[in-house]
Amino acid sequence: MEIDPFIFRLSIFILSIFVGYYVVWSVTPSLHTPLMSVTNAISSVIIVGAIIAALAGASDTIFETSNIFGFLAILLAAVNIFGGFLVTQRMLQMYKKKKNK
Amino acid sequence: MSANLSAFFYLVSGILFILALRGLSSPETSRQGNYFGIAGMTISIIITFLSVGNFGEGFIYVLIFLLIGGTIGAVIAFKIPMTAMPELVAGFHSLVGLAAVFVAISAFLKPEAFNLGVIGNIRLASLIEMSLGAAIGAITFSGSIIAFLKLRGIMSGAPITFKGQHILNLILGLTIIFLIYYLCVSQSANIFWTIVLISFIVGVLLIIPIGGADMPVVISMLNSYSGWAAAGIGFTLENTALIITGALVGSSGAILSYIMCKGMNRSFFNVILGGWGATDQTTTSAAKEQKPVKNGNADDAAFLMKNASSVIIVPGYGMAVAQAQHALREMVDVLKKNGVKVSYAIHPVAGRMPGHMNVLLAEANVPYDEVFELEEINNDFANCDVAYVIGANDVTNPVAKSDPQSPIYGMPVLDVEKSKSVLFVKRSLSPGYAGIDNDLFYRDNTLMLFADAKKMTEEIVKSL
Repeated sequence: MEIDPFIFRLSIFILSIFVGYYVVWSVTPSLHTPLMSVTNAISSVIIVGAIIAALAGASDTIFETSNIFGFLAILLAAVNIFGGFLVTQRMLQMYKKKKNK
Repeated sequence: MSANLSAFFYLVSGILFILALRGLSSPETSRQGNYFGIAGMTISIIITFLSVGNFGEGFIYVLIFLLIGGTIGAVIAFKIPMTAMPELVAGFHSLVGLAAVFVAISAFLKPEAFNLGVIGNIRLASLIEMSLGAAIGAITFSGSIIAFLKLRGIMSGAPITFKGQHILNLILGLTIIFLIYYLCVSQSANIFWTIVLISFIVGVLLIIPIGGADMPVVISMLNSYSGWAAAGIGFTLENTALIITGALVGSSGAILSYIMCKGMNRSFFNVILGGWGATDQTTTSAAKEQKPVKNGNADDAAFLMKNASSVIIVPGYGMAVAQAQHALREMVDVLKKNGVKVSYAIHPVAGRMPGHMNVLLAEANVPYDEVFELEEINNDFANCDVAYVIGANDVTNPVAKSDPQSPIYGMPVLDVEKSKSVLFVKRSLSPGYAGIDNDLFYRDNTLMLFADAKKMTEEIVKSL
């Protein structure tokens, strides 16, 4: 009997939860705020779905309702991607070690 | 581009995202980690363009929207003051949530574009995945908006509760589940819209009963939700990058919520159901106000600290409100010049989001190896001459260790009272968020400095 591809995706999902569990516990508490902003940035990879939604169908019918939702989603995700990564970068730049004299 | 090849590259992005989080295990590797994250995102976007393969007019529009959004994001990222980080993160969560809703709507309206079947006959599994993605996304959106308004101070941070609130939430939650089932049977668009609508309402109802100082839990929880919403959409789109990321973000947010709850010794449900201290406010406050308090000024504080050999600083939300972190750093610089050993003690729930105090201190150029977590530093209070409490309250209350009747009993607290003397900067004697009196105020070794955190610190600098 063939295995449904859904099972493979479910496996990836569950294993990723475990990876996430161990990786996040190893994050130092002082970097919890950057952790939140960077997880926020990477969850905007949902833009992948938004691009597919925006470009679906022939190009002469590009502004069907479903496409418009796609474009709006691109806009929102893009704010997040740029904002999230840049603000994380800005925060991480501030963490400095004591200068050794 | 073949579907197999693009799936492989999505896996690569997923791994880069894991490395991005892994980098945060220490400040040295964190910057590199962020570049991994950016690389992963770039790969995902390029691969999507290549696999859709539509470089016509629509592609131009996509780029335009990408640029507009990117510019807005970049401007916000550079302009935002560090003290506004909690509301920024809440605001960003709402965008992820709404984007998830939009993608789900688009997939529902045009399933053939996503290989999910045709309108009126969408595959069962896809229907469940997209409606769950839409529902969680909608809850994330409206919940984050409320969190944003509360953090920004546009909406009062006080818990809003009413009778039957929890039952109403339960009913609405069950309704969503029932509607998803019904959607699978009927494929009706109206049902789909109803699910989205009810989820928006649930998001609002979930967050309004939660008070201001519980925001660290709420933000972490919404962070987690945004991850699960992304994962739901990832299943719909059969996209590995999205599934991996969703799982990572989901578990990350869940762990942070757990850490925050533990920092308050409260169960997750206790926080979510809201309204701490709203019901069992201490009634004896009138009697307690009679207790004597030692009142000091900036000169006394400066004298004490100058003659100390070690000082521990305990910052809290009040420091963020007063924007006192820079003045504080100046004060510490002067003390260090006088040969005083200074370190900082951070309680897990100090501030309005996880790690809030650390970012503010980093902004004020405090080296991160002078900043310690509760477990690392708590034993040092006994050997320390002066504890300088600035804007913190409940997290220093010794009652949490001694009085089983107290609502905060069992909460891990900083053993501030063990140091030789305690300087407590506070605007008044009013109780903190938990609505209980802080025993520390009336101790013999406590000197109260009644003033704005920033002004007081500046005055101390002057008299030093």
